[in-house]
Amino acid sequence: MAAQAGAHAAGQHGHGEHAHELSFVRKYIFSTDHKVIGIQFLITTLLMLMVGGALALGVRWQIAYSWQTMPIVGKWLFGEQGGQISPEFYTMLFTMHATVMIFLVIIPILAGAFGNFLIPLMIGADDMAFPTLNMLSYWFMWPAIICFGLSFLFDGGPAAGWTSYPVLSAIAEAAPGSGMAQTMWLLGLTFVGVSSMMGSVNYMTTIINMRAPGMTLFRMPLTIWGMFITAILQAFALPVLTAAGFMLLFDRLPFSIHSCFFIPNDLIINNAEPTVGGGQPLLWQHLFWFYSHPAVYIMLLPAMGMVSDMLAAMVRKPIFGYRPMVYSMAAIAGLGFIVWGHHMFTSGMNPALGMTFMTSTIMIALPSAVKVFNWIGTIWGGKVRFNTVTLNCIAFVTMFIVGGLSGIFMAAVPVDIYIHDTYFIVAHFHYVLFGATLFGVFGAIHYWFPKMFGRMMNETLGKWHFLLSFIGFNGAFFPMHLLGIAGFPRRYAEPWIHPYLEHLLPMNRFITISAIVMGFAQFLLLANFAYSMFRGPKVGRNPWKANTLEWFAPSPPGHGNFDVQPVVFRGPYEYSSPLVKDRDYLMQTEYLPRREERPTEQPQPQPA
Amino acid sequence: MRNFWCLFFTVWPIVAVGTFVIAPAMGWWFPTDAYSTLGQQIDDLFYLILTIVGVVFIGTHIALGYTLWKGSQDPNRRSWFTHGSHTLEVIWTIVPAGILLFIALYQMDVWRMYRVQSAFPEDLLEVAEVTARQFEWRIRYPAPGRPLQLKPQKGDVYAVNDLHVPVNRPVLIQLRTMDVQHSFFVPSLRVKQDALPGQVIPVWFEVTKPGIYDLTCAELCGWGHYKMRGRVVAEAEEDFRAYLQRLAAEQAYDGVTPIETALSHAEKRQNEE
Repeated sequence: MAAQAGAHAAGQHGHGEHAHELSFVRKYIFSTDHKVIGIQFLITTLLMLMVGGALALGVRWQIAYSWQTMPIVGKWLFGEQGGQISPEFYTMLFTMHATVMIFLVIIPILAGAFGNFLIPLMIGADDMAFPTLNMLSYWFMWPAIICFGLSFLFDGGPAAGWTSYPVLSAIAEAAPGSGMAQTMWLLGLTFVGVSSMMGSVNYMTTIINMRAPGMTLFRMPLTIWGMFITAILQAFALPVLTAAGFMLLFDRLPFSIHSCFFIPNDLIINNAEPTVGGGQPLLWQHLFWFYSHPAVYIMLLPAMGMVSDMLAAMVRKPIFGYRPMVYSMAAIAGLGFIVWGHHMFTSGMNPALGMTFMTSTIMIALPSAVKVFNWIGTIWGGKVRFNTVTLNCIAFVTMFIVGGLSGIFMAAVPVDIYIHDTYFIVAHFHYVLFGATLFGVFGAIHYWFPKMFGRMMNETLGKWHFLLSFIGFNGAFFPMHLLGIAGFPRRYAEPWIHPYLEHLLPMNRFITISAIVMGFAQFLLLANFAYSMFRGPKVGRNPWKANTLEWFAPSPPGHGNFDVQPVVFRGPYEYSSPLVKDRDYLMQTEYLPRREERPTEQPQPQPA
Repeated sequence: MRNFWCLFFTVWPIVAVGTFVIAPAMGWWFPTDAYSTLGQQIDDLFYLILTIVGVVFIGTHIALGYTLWKGSQDPNRRSWFTHGSHTLEVIWTIVPAGILLFIALYQMDVWRMYRVQSAFPEDLLEVAEVTARQFEWRIRYPAPGRPLQLKPQKGDVYAVNDLHVPVNRPVLIQLRTMDVQHSFFVPSLRVKQDALPGQVIPVWFEVTKPGIYDLTCAELCGWGHYKMRGRVVAEAEEDFRAYLQRLAAEQAYDGVTPIETALSHAEKRQNEE
């Protein structure tokens, strides 16, 4: 229906006329066009990236220069206290840094921005299956942003960590931020969940039902596979988090039903009355990580898919092992549901679970390793051009290797006893989430920007941004492995009161300076983005000479996406195919006469 | 320019490996050797994983660097047309699977000894109950010569942030919390265990070297998380007993009676109960 209507509109009226019927508000603000929604998500999340980054710099400043006045904002925020921040402000900083980065940047930039923009284009649909739902999924981000934003205003912000473990987060007396701020935080979390859920339902339906003729499942680009598997993960994991969030709200609210899911009996918190309950704080950890571990893959799989697509296009070579790539993504997703306990090895859960979760966690390194080998296999024998996209993709691969390997230390329970909750884990997940995912996203921004705006991004700025980000990133996070081995605990406002950590101060100063370099490098990205949107050189439909369907549409595609209904004849990675001699790409939509009708040709020898 | 980028992606892993090589000499490594029996085994497992991981890291980066360099040399080349190799896929699935399974199975034993109560050493000395609260460690020893009871007893001896244990014998503490989650972390002993509201968790370790070790909190417990600083003092068994006696006497001191008399009275009262 929708596909027919779109084809009809595109065929008969052309997209320009179709768009003309819409008012400015319907076209650019409350738009139901997946491309506009995707770009809305992209710009919102990029701004949130800067907010989350600023919070991170606050964290870094406090660790390296404890209690000294923060540059720029210190005097303004803490003028009354002589520019010195408070420990609860520090806990708020890292809590909100993680919250913003996870829920308002990484998840929505992958699923929201690129998922929205790419899914219909890459499968040859005119829009999402449920365009209005799609619009709502963006606009439900805003109540979340407002709730998170309001939470800053109450008692200095939520301060129980992004994991919000009760009892700390359940009882107002437990921490300065555990009152109204924590309630607002939980409401924000619920809204983000609603937004993601709307997206996920939409993506699944769209990918299953609206693929172009000829687009079989195993002709889908890996980006789409990544988005598809992610949507399934979201749909199954998210309800658990939402339920847990409501349970915690019920436990917390003074005027509500006084449940005690997570509050045990007889705790004396901050000299308040002993608690009455019979709950179990471990339950929250189980429920929370049952969502939040799959969430790690929600924050990774789409980037893996996008990098596979970009890498193949950049080295002009079919992806090495397409099916193993798909299967390994599915394996990561499947195993991803049974590894959450590795966040809880020291939590006091049944020790037998420690062994089970260790085995499943270590085994999840296997599909990850297969993917890495296949990426290297893809580059092997290809033609490598070092443009911004390639650089970011290679960064993705090498950073993911580090992040994957450091995970093995923590998956091994006995070693985890020592490095749990130290900076080792901070290094590990930043290598996965920033080093891998975000570099993948940087690449994706440069790669799909021409499709979004019909203009190229600036290469020089792009390379400088990459160089500074990469050096800043590794300078900031690689030494954290060593901090972790030195037993440096996370979330310490002032580690220097512990004599065994004193000698690590110079290293922490180095980390902070690297983080500042990395933070300011992001302005290059924003500048490049804003400048190229209006001033970048214009491009045609297929500037990268890539194979997938989005490059068959005009740049930028109009409402309804395709001016001609695409029909798919082959897989997405037929680069350097011997079937065509004059060029090294063969689009999915291109019809070639049957073999007997073509002049005979010898297939090229395959590499060993 | 292409050679610059090839060099770039070759140099960074060399810097990374180099950092790890010089780290122990620079003091960016374990705070001390592991001074507990299990801690030494944990360190051995750590070095085993470090070796495997190091080999994989170097291997993958050599492969990556080589393919990049090779692929960037001739700008006019045409890429190989291949969709992959079944043999390679099988090899690089089965070999890592074997290695990973080995790592997983090899770790089990230490974990079992550390956490599974039926595998605890038999001659455990239940030395104290450690109760975490915002933001300190409260320690309750049994009265000298008495076993530790689950509920506080009359002659119990209390201390704050200062846990004494005998050296060279396995000791057990009962870990609990008065308020929120905390985590009992002694870096030099490689011991870490969360304190869970509503539960008492037994934690055992055997210190192999007398000394004073830092005790910190490793689970976010509020604004003062960072300052939950305590210490674990490992000393010879007779010193430990003397410490307990002295502590008990100080606690029983009423300001008038000489300490020794007060102590003997306290013992007498206990015996009558």
